[in-house]
Amino acid sequence: MRGFDGTLDGDGDGYAVRAEGLVKRYGDKRALDGFDLAVREGTVHGLLGPNGAGKTTAVRILSTLVRLDEGHATVAGLDVARRPRDVRARIGLTGQYAAVDEVLTGRQNLEMFGRLFHLGGKWAKLRAGELLERFDLVDAADKGVGDYSGGMRRRLDLAASMILAPAVLFLDEPTTGLDPRSRGEVWESVRALVADGTTVLLTTQYLEEADRLASRVTVIDQGRAIADDTPDGLKNTVGGDRIEVVVAERSDIAQVVKVVARVAEGEPEADEAESRVHAPVTDRVAALTEVARTLRDEGVAVEDIGLRRPSLDDVFLRLTGHRTDVTETKKTTKKATKKTKKTEKTEEAAA
Amino acid sequence: MSAALDQTAPPERSRLYWSLADCWNIVRRGLTHYQRQPVNIAWQLGFPILSVLLYGYVFGSAMKVPGGGDYQDFLMPGMFVMTMAFGFINTATLVVYDSTKGVIDRFRSMPMASSAVVAGRGVTDLIAACAELAIMMLTAVAMGWRPDGGAGFLAAFGLLLWLRFALIWIGVWLGLLVPNPEAAGGLFAIAFPLTMISSIYVAPQLMPDWLGFVAAWNPISSTAAATRELFGTPVGSGDSWVEQHALLMAGLWPLILTAVFLPLAVRRFQKLSR
Repeated sequence: MRGFDGTLDGDGDGYAVRAEGLVKRYGDKRALDGFDLAVREGTVHGLLGPNGAGKTTAVRILSTLVRLDEGHATVAGLDVARRPRDVRARIGLTGQYAAVDEVLTGRQNLEMFGRLFHLGGKWAKLRAGELLERFDLVDAADKGVGDYSGGMRRRLDLAASMILAPAVLFLDEPTTGLDPRSRGEVWESVRALVADGTTVLLTTQYLEEADRLASRVTVIDQGRAIADDTPDGLKNTVGGDRIEVVVAERSDIAQVVKVVARVAEGEPEADEAESRVHAPVTDRVAALTEVARTLRDEGVAVEDIGLRRPSLDDVFLRLTGHRTDVTETKKTTKKATKKTKKTEKTEEAAA
Repeated sequence: MSAALDQTAPPERSRLYWSLADCWNIVRRGLTHYQRQPVNIAWQLGFPILSVLLYGYVFGSAMKVPGGGDYQDFLMPGMFVMTMAFGFINTATLVVYDSTKGVIDRFRSMPMASSAVVAGRGVTDLIAACAELAIMMLTAVAMGWRPDGGAGFLAAFGLLLWLRFALIWIGVWLGLLVPNPEAAGGLFAIAFPLTMISSIYVAPQLMPDWLGFVAAWNPISSTAAATRELFGTPVGSGDSWVEQHALLMAGLWPLILTAVFLPLAVRRFQKLSR
């Protein structure tokens, strides 16, 4: 399932999206400041970053909605600045808000978008039927979208993005504002699309989402890519597994540090406030057993002991020096809708 | 995998063909909205009908027309103009709704003619305007209004649509300018005084001099005066230059408005990609 000719255009270098040195200025702010990206065909590529990092701007440039100021970008092998119309015939876009007509029914939406994709009335009808089935919307097909749940709208939005079976699908925070169940439904749909060969560029500020869906992740901060690796690779840059001990009495911390130091790869770190000692380890199970036994033998009261894999959150903190602050963002839909319109200007301001 | 996409490439057609086809599909969408929300039609048509009834019966006997003549003959064309004038709020509301919901972005990310987004809106609104005018005129006739038929009538109808056409661009421009649908609703606060200070309800000669001057030069006053003439009921026309040349000005004003606001609207639309 690709473009009409069934293949990706371009030089066949194996990349569905390539961006080099993208710069986008809003006033004297640089939403993108030399952003690079390479997305392999047939993969889900995560674009991870906090609010205002430039994720949406990057997607809007790659999907031809916004012109770039400097740099060079190709999508499906086509230059986005020079051949925007041809790019549009090969991409799908699902933005942060389900961009479907709320008055029309699900079916009417898909048929309308199909005709606007120049499928012709008959084919648009047929395609709408296929997509409704595929995205599990048959029962609600002839109901007004205004009555759809958040998850259903999102699925309809995804279906509309898939009308031409695009080579590249841009998903800009596709699960923002969805409840966990709807989020699961969307993830499911995305996986199915990729199984059919669509390349997906997914922006998210949910680290879990990137971890679950993406085979490769680019971390973006202040308009630049600051890391590009597999989720596991990124976690390894923070260091591998860590052993963590929480003691009942703070006075025991010094003793625990000594015990942990025997199995640790590096210097154990002690967190007095949380009565916690942690250190990187390589042989995780052996280390855990050893520490637990020694502490018991020495009669140290332990509240908690365990192994921790670094999360992408840790990666983020390490790379940027700040957390991905989800709580601070998009509290209100009003603020959010404004953002769609004015791209990341407001996002910058909020950050 | 997809039977629908197994066809070969879409038929090669000219750009113009697709621009028109895309525009028509946007119009279809607008008309389907009316079909799916009949309440909206009732609401949109109800207001003008109510206005005709209210102004006609409540104020009808109290209002004077300078130089004599029937107030109904004065009022009805004014009501038609009022409905056309308020139409820009409709346009703006629908545009702001599409832009904040991301629908315009979706259209812009598709390989369709982007002109169709705006043109389709305009054509839909003109079709709605025809329906509004037809219903209002029938109501007016039921109340005893008797215009001349024939070419004059058609010309008056055309002038009213010409005004509505010009106001589409103000609507699109404002729709892309205001931040949310609620703000678009607030446009009534601007539209109301702008329509009051005109020759729609009251002849400018009856107003204080300075106000009468402003009212006479209000673009919608020219359309009102011109249509009164064309309907064969030229009542209450003043003797200032602009009132004496109502027909000319009813043609010119919308042209000027279009010349100003069409480029503004297009620029605003293009600005979306900045």
